Amino acid sequence: MSRAVAIAGVGIHPFGRFDGKGVVDLGVEAVRMALENSRVDRRRVQAAYCGTVYSGVAAGHRVLTALAATGIPIMNIEAGCASGGAALQLGVEAIRSGQYDCVLVFGMEKMPRGIIRSSFWEPWAEQMGLSPAPAYFALRAQRLMRESGVTREQLAQVSVKNHRNGVDNPYAMFRKPFTLEQVLASPVVCDPLTLYMLCSPNEGAAAVLLRPAAGVPREVIVAAAILRSHLPGNVLGEHTPLCGLTDDDVTSPTELAARAAYEAAGLGPEDLDVVELQDTESGRELQSYEELLLCRRGECGKWIANGHTERGGELPVNVSGGLLSKGEPLGASALGQIVELYWQLRGEAGSRQVPQARVALAHTVGRGANASVVLLRQT
Amino acid sequence: MPSIPIRPGLLDLDRTPARLLGGRCTECRRHHFPAQADCPYCASTSCETVPLSERGILYLATVVHNAPPGYCGQVPYGLGVVELPEGLRIISPLTEVRLERLQAGASVRLRVAPLFVDEQGREVLGYAFAPEVEE
Repeated sequence: MSRAVAIAGVGIHPFGRFDGKGVVDLGVEAVRMALENSRVDRRRVQAAYCGTVYSGVAAGHRVLTALAATGIPIMNIEAGCASGGAALQLGVEAIRSGQYDCVLVFGMEKMPRGIIRSSFWEPWAEQMGLSPAPAYFALRAQRLMRESGVTREQLAQVSVKNHRNGVDNPYAMFRKPFTLEQVLASPVVCDPLTLYMLCSPNEGAAAVLLRPAAGVPREVIVAAAILRSHLPGNVLGEHTPLCGLTDDDVTSPTELAARAAYEAAGLGPEDLDVVELQDTESGRELQSYEELLLCRRGECGKWIANGHTERGGELPVNVSGGLLSKGEPLGASALGQIVELYWQLRGEAGSRQVPQARVALAHTVGRGANASVVLLRQT
Repeated sequence: MPSIPIRPGLLDLDRTPARLLGGRCTECRRHHFPAQADCPYCASTSCETVPLSERGILYLATVVHNAPPGYCGQVPYGLGVVELPEGLRIISPLTEVRLERLQAGASVRLRVAPLFVDEQGREVLGYAFAPEVEE
């Protein structure tokens, strides 16, 4: 048995900093909104998958205990920046296979403040100075400059675009536009990246209810939800290795996931109307244009320069404002993208609406490596 | 003062100057670092530990200004990708912090030096690459 999977409803807690609230409060708000939005009785939910990284033991259980939606399997999923994508994949497969008819997928996070210590690193590597994430982002951005001819201005342009988009998103943390000059003149974090080219870790939650497709008009179908890790050999891969090969033309986890998703859905990059993708920093967005096969290799800089990915462009990318505007609550960020794209495909995105959006792609990638690509389609 | 490598099996301290220890697969013949039992590329279970070249070419570099959690050295410091003749690229701290001296293609050389003194009074040895500057 293999069934089409539909989104019954979505919920979100704004992304930002919320001093008076715990992570469970954030999760409860997002799940409550998804239940109300889908008009699903919480007692009908048969299984729940919760994506989170920093929330500790039984985090998803604490949310569902508060909502009295218990007695069902509740699973907490960690896959770094793609945790929500991993949770979604499990939920989608459970519906597709016929295991369940009503599944809740949610993600939530309350990121620590300041420079975040990751248990990924062994103590010796931290002592040696091998752990700073912004330095790896910077090295990848430099590689893009070297191999795809990306300029500092193009890196800044990504930040300008996403912050401009974020002004219209009530769920975003930063709703202020920046000029190219302001982005370039902000403090250098690690050359070539400046402060306004990097997203901020923060807090938030998002939730999605899944059910089998009913064949009714304007349903949002999950056409593919794919997770992939890395192949070895690329020293700058998201698995953050200490070595790679000189001949490192190795397929990235994002490209592995994208190719599998396009194949599973019977769709290609040419079918896409709107995209939400991982913009941990400006370079990551440009790299994703190439790895998701949106543009040809070496053309990502040209794509941003020509305005292709602006809200009114050929293929709008990060109309929500992306992580640069919203901030990045790890467990929630992937599902935050799904919430935005659900609204886009339903024509409910208000001033952010991309006209006639029918097919959408969501992408997250991070340490592990974990890359998630989700394709949504409106019937 | 006695000295130890920052991680067992990372450094060959019997050689002068000291070298990094990597792994070499006896089947696909590719190198990796740090050394591990199974080849990361071809999954063979027959890897041998070998000293890596002390000289390399800088491929990419940046400068870290804020000390990451747990770091025991000084800021700023360089961090980059160094290409070794074995066909290996490794992530390594760099002694140089002036970006103009960290151009791609620059010759760099391994430096093994004490990073800190541990609770038992031993010098803990770390590594970095330094540009070979012609003065």
